[in-house]
Amino acid sequence: MLVTGKVHKVGAHIDTDAIIPARFLVTTDTQELGANCMEGLEPGWVKRVQKNDIIVADENFGCGSSREHAPLAIIGAGIPVVVAKSFARIFYRNAYNMGLVLLEVGDDADRLNDGDTLEVDLDAGQIKNLTTGETVICAPVPQSMQDLLDAGGLVPYVKKRLAEKR
Amino acid sequence: MSHNLAEKILQAHTDEEITRAGQIVTCRVSLVLANDITAPLAIKSFKGMGATRVFDKDKVALVCDHFTPNKDIDSAEQVKVVREFAREMNVTHYYEGGDCGVEHALLPELGLVGPRDIVVGADSHTCTYGGLGAFATGMGSTDIAGAMALGETWFKVPPTIRVEYEGVLEPFVGAKDLILHLIGRIGVSGALYRALEFGGPVIDNLSIEGRMTMANMAIEAGGKVGLFPADAKTLAYCAAHGRTGDKALKADPGAVYEQELSLSVTGMSPQVACPHLPDNVRPVDELTNLRVDQAVIGSCTNGRIEDLREAAAILKGRKAHKNVRLIVLPATPKIWRQAMDEGLFSIFMDAGAVVGPPTCGPCLGGHMGILAGGERCIATTNRNFRGRMGSLQSEVYLSSPAVAAASAIAGEIINPAKL
Repeated sequence: MLVTGKVHKVGAHIDTDAIIPARFLVTTDTQELGANCMEGLEPGWVKRVQKNDIIVADENFGCGSSREHAPLAIIGAGIPVVVAKSFARIFYRNAYNMGLVLLEVGDDADRLNDGDTLEVDLDAGQIKNLTTGETVICAPVPQSMQDLLDAGGLVPYVKKRLAEKR
Repeated sequence: MSHNLAEKILQAHTDEEITRAGQIVTCRVSLVLANDITAPLAIKSFKGMGATRVFDKDKVALVCDHFTPNKDIDSAEQVKVVREFAREMNVTHYYEGGDCGVEHALLPELGLVGPRDIVVGADSHTCTYGGLGAFATGMGSTDIAGAMALGETWFKVPPTIRVEYEGVLEPFVGAKDLILHLIGRIGVSGALYRALEFGGPVIDNLSIEGRMTMANMAIEAGGKVGLFPADAKTLAYCAAHGRTGDKALKADPGAVYEQELSLSVTGMSPQVACPHLPDNVRPVDELTNLRVDQAVIGSCTNGRIEDLREAAAILKGRKAHKNVRLIVLPATPKIWRQAMDEGLFSIFMDAGAVVGPPTCGPCLGGHMGILAGGERCIATTNRNFRGRMGSLQSEVYLSSPAVAAASAIAGEIINPAKL
């Protein structure tokens, strides 16, 4: 799958309170959460985002609480992929469970600038920076995560497991 | 093969042989937890999975503690979803209202968690139960929904960082200072994807409550779990809280660690995490002229009876500064009653404190103590992210109950030894 979009660059240790502050956790609706994506980082942040845009972050993106509302808010904002030097553990599981793709690229994240246009090849694990002409290779998505993505997320995966048990 | 604590517990819950860190294993879980924020999403996923019953009605805990007593219509609607699900599934351990407390203080008190258990919770501070020797970790709602349906989940066996403490604790220095100091040293991603395992003479002497305070903040270093051995003290705690059959637990001789740290606590002063990350830690004496508008004593980190006693010892016969709102939130009804019976409330109220109900409340900026722009709070909670307790222009400093109480009296952040 190919995704083409503009980079929105954020810093290190972007926490889940920055991604979706607790006051917005009174809903489970993806679109409503998306309307407040990154509201704890900068009020009105989401207004700059267009469908298929990409967040590029420094290390430990998604640290803090276990709220699944965080990846949902990102998906709800129309962002299908987050690229970062590294991700926080709970956020990592949540993202794949929800169908948000995370690409870990280490220090290569520094080669992707705010406003650059990227073409991300999810199958090849490759990011083409259309603005600079550079290419960044991502760590491969682990097999167990790929299985989840192939199943369409954790919900259909468990559904299948439950059906097998019956 | 020799196993460290994390490997040993995981091995007890899987049929696969654990041979290395990084291995992915499926484990049976002892308890599955969610709260009023995370359960509604978990329920949505659970139904989407086509699940019609929970794997074991006695092994699911639903604790409505974050926005309760319900702060507004939306939060009341969320709790209603959880309540109806609990009834439909005949869940034994459902809590709201008069029997409800902050989940990570409540479940140990009810004897629902103990050594060798695997506990997964849709709350990042689920790692608290590591203080009892449980492999306890936070996950998202959908992972929790899967665990509620199947009674199992997958884990990547984490590499372990072993932390040994030796030396003698100074006055007014305790568990909170130890964990803040460690987070300051290794950073908020210092234990990312890893287990922390604690040991050494200082840990042996630490109370179970203190161990839970430390385990609680493992996640603040990015850790998956913060594990303590289960010793005679642990077993006594578990027995006193109605559990039977628990056995001592320690790492095997020759267990493998990715990293081993040995830290001396002698000479360590009280520690404070400054805005806006829990690893921005400094000794309290380095902080000067930091007036505070609010002091919060409570939460899953420091809302237990020992914490309230520590605060009361400082506050006794003194008054909070006229510019400081002092808020005390005992973490469970049992702790609340105990504090009342011990006369702690008289001390708090004489000091001008508000004593509130058990709730996560202000810790996550929910309610009961939200900060305005430009305000500063000293809190015994666990996170000081920007805007965590209210306005994006407010500041949260994290400390022990003793430092928070002393700062409330002084009107600025202060070492209790200087009162």
